[in-house]
Amino acid sequence: MKDLIRIRDVSVRFYTYEGVVHAIDDLDLDIRQGETLGIVGETGSGKTMTALAILRLVPYPGKIESGSIVFVDKGLDKEIELLKLSEERMRSIRGNKISMVFQEPGAALNPVYTIGDQISEVYLLHQRQELAQRARERVNSLLANGRNGWAATVKRPFWRWQRRLYSKIAQESNSIEPRLLGRLPLFRRLLRRLSDEAMLLTVDMLKDVEIPDPARVAAHYPHELSGGMKQRAVIAMALACSPELLIADEPTTSLDVTIQAQMLELFRRIKVDKGASVLFVTHNLGVASEVCDRVAVMYAGRLCEVAPVEELFLNPLHPYTKALLDAVPMPGKELLTIPGALADALNPPPGCRFHPRCPSAKPVCQQERAILKEVSKDHMVACYLY
Amino acid sequence: MKAVDGVSLAIRRGQWLGLVGESGCGKTTLAKTAIRLLKPTDGHIYFDAPDEVKAEIEKLESSDNKDGRLTALLKDNDLATFSGERLHLLRRRAQLVHQDPFTSLDPRMRIKQIVAEPLRIHKIISDQSPEIAVRELLGRVGLSAAQMERYPHQFSGGQRQRIAIARALATKPEFIAFDEPTSALDVSVQAQILNLLKDLKKGFGLTYLYITHELLIAESVCDYIAVMYLGKVVEMGKPEEIFHAPRHPYAQSLIAATPVPDPKRRVGRIVLPGEVPSPSNPPPGCSFHPRCSRARQQCREISPELKLISGDHYVACFEPL
Repeated sequence: MKDLIRIRDVSVRFYTYEGVVHAIDDLDLDIRQGETLGIVGETGSGKTMTALAILRLVPYPGKIESGSIVFVDKGLDKEIELLKLSEERMRSIRGNKISMVFQEPGAALNPVYTIGDQISEVYLLHQRQELAQRARERVNSLLANGRNGWAATVKRPFWRWQRRLYSKIAQESNSIEPRLLGRLPLFRRLLRRLSDEAMLLTVDMLKDVEIPDPARVAAHYPHELSGGMKQRAVIAMALACSPELLIADEPTTSLDVTIQAQMLELFRRIKVDKGASVLFVTHNLGVASEVCDRVAVMYAGRLCEVAPVEELFLNPLHPYTKALLDAVPMPGKELLTIPGALADALNPPPGCRFHPRCPSAKPVCQQERAILKEVSKDHMVACYLY
Repeated sequence: MKAVDGVSLAIRRGQWLGLVGESGCGKTTLAKTAIRLLKPTDGHIYFDAPDEVKAEIEKLESSDNKDGRLTALLKDNDLATFSGERLHLLRRRAQLVHQDPFTSLDPRMRIKQIVAEPLRIHKIISDQSPEIAVRELLGRVGLSAAQMERYPHQFSGGQRQRIAIARALATKPEFIAFDEPTSALDVSVQAQILNLLKDLKKGFGLTYLYITHELLIAESVCDYIAVMYLGKVVEMGKPEEIFHAPRHPYAQSLIAATPVPDPKRRVGRIVLPGEVPSPSNPPPGCSFHPRCSRARQQCREISPELKLISGDHYVACFEPL
């Protein structure tokens, strides 16, 4: 399988009053086309930061210090270095080629706009030309319809005007005439077919994520929907422009188990239907094993292990992965704990960051960091034991 | 709105009862009612009441003879009627640990003040320096005495939950209710807390009511499990019975929906359609019937009672699996 995203040597640091926090430390990770890659780890392991780094949304005072993130654009057959793009170009990729679903669906939606408005905004922003084309066809069919009567006679010149405007937008999304008209009261209404088309696409999208009665839900405000429905709407928003990569940051954490199961089913279907790659960030190992093809385990800003899902759960190699799996409560199993506490982000231990808690630490672990190497096919681990 | 509707439940001394259900099913309300942080609209709560007394109350209630004897018995034994001094004494014997350790500790109090507060309120220590008791309690939950001068914000989530547990232990209670104590914590910290609870239970001979929405936790630590749905208990039984042979369709789909870290177990899951109905407007009959694939006419009209089906296993379903 070909790569979609190649992350190389990426470091993210936060410059705080207390000192420099190494949120991500020299991370190497590939996301392949059409796969679901899971990132699992505990609080502060840098899994969310990795997702935000891909979108270049690392919050202040954090900074992406070094490295490269290459995005392979399937449509244009081009490799794009995301870290070197201008902010304007980056914005045309966010929500379009790479989109994100956030943890708390209630916080990701604006409470004062309807669901439909918020999703159609994505289309109006990223797919203006496609919308204009659809609108032009609709006006064309109105004109070709040859309806008579005084209403049609009055409207016909306006339809022709609209056709011309939409053709201009379809050719050049920023062309001057529609842009000026869009700012004038009354004339602005000539462009309303764009938002009408966006709303139609929105309703289709809501139907795609299995929302019952999508047309009615599109007119609802977020507070009128349940948590599960809100999360579906957020997923619909993220999928609106058929992204090549969907980043999901703990998308099921705030949901109930039965709703979570529905959501996981939806993610599995999205991957098959839309052929999109999914980066699934979660702290729940059970969830990761349900939806992912490959799983990456992170600890204190570094990658410990990357492996296909079966390999990782049935044959974990890194001591941290093993310890994490042992800590998951399962019926009829002794609960084992990891001694000590999470590594301090301000003063991380030297060498391997897990060595103070590792049962099989060697002297070399205290001094030098183990590099990620492939031990068997697709199974990579950063540990001196292998 | 009926948050909890006609629940009858017994927790035996030394038992670790797990209360499982989704949000809004009334599990927190039930726990808070059990230790009388909430006053029930109807029904009785007994805490350490002799069986003869309970039997006598039941007998007196079923007979029409409403004399002073019943009122007197209820006043002495039914928590629902308690107030004032009696309630204060109960608080000493039954404690609660809240869900979110980030909001359940007063940010302006030092750890030693937080842990010593119950000692002060219940006048357990007469002298002015509760430090020895606090030191011992912190040691019990795996914190060092050097940390007692600090404030809650200086601790991680797991440590804060330990402080909350130390505070609950301060009055030497016999019964502790836990309201999702690990839902805000990481997996490895969760395992530490669960193991701590196990040790404390053994060490002090405690009885636990443990609320969780994660079945796997309930299965691995509890002695007995009650599954709730929309204010009612739908199934009760031993963990292995519920996990391997659930009889109620809701319990079955809850187990199937629980993600397990084992990629081989992906297949054959039952995805429940729809969502939990609002408790202010529950469906008639069995409250689960709109989402149940086995619902019949009877389920839409009559609400099934919790029935004993084997040993210690209760199910509220007309057609158990």
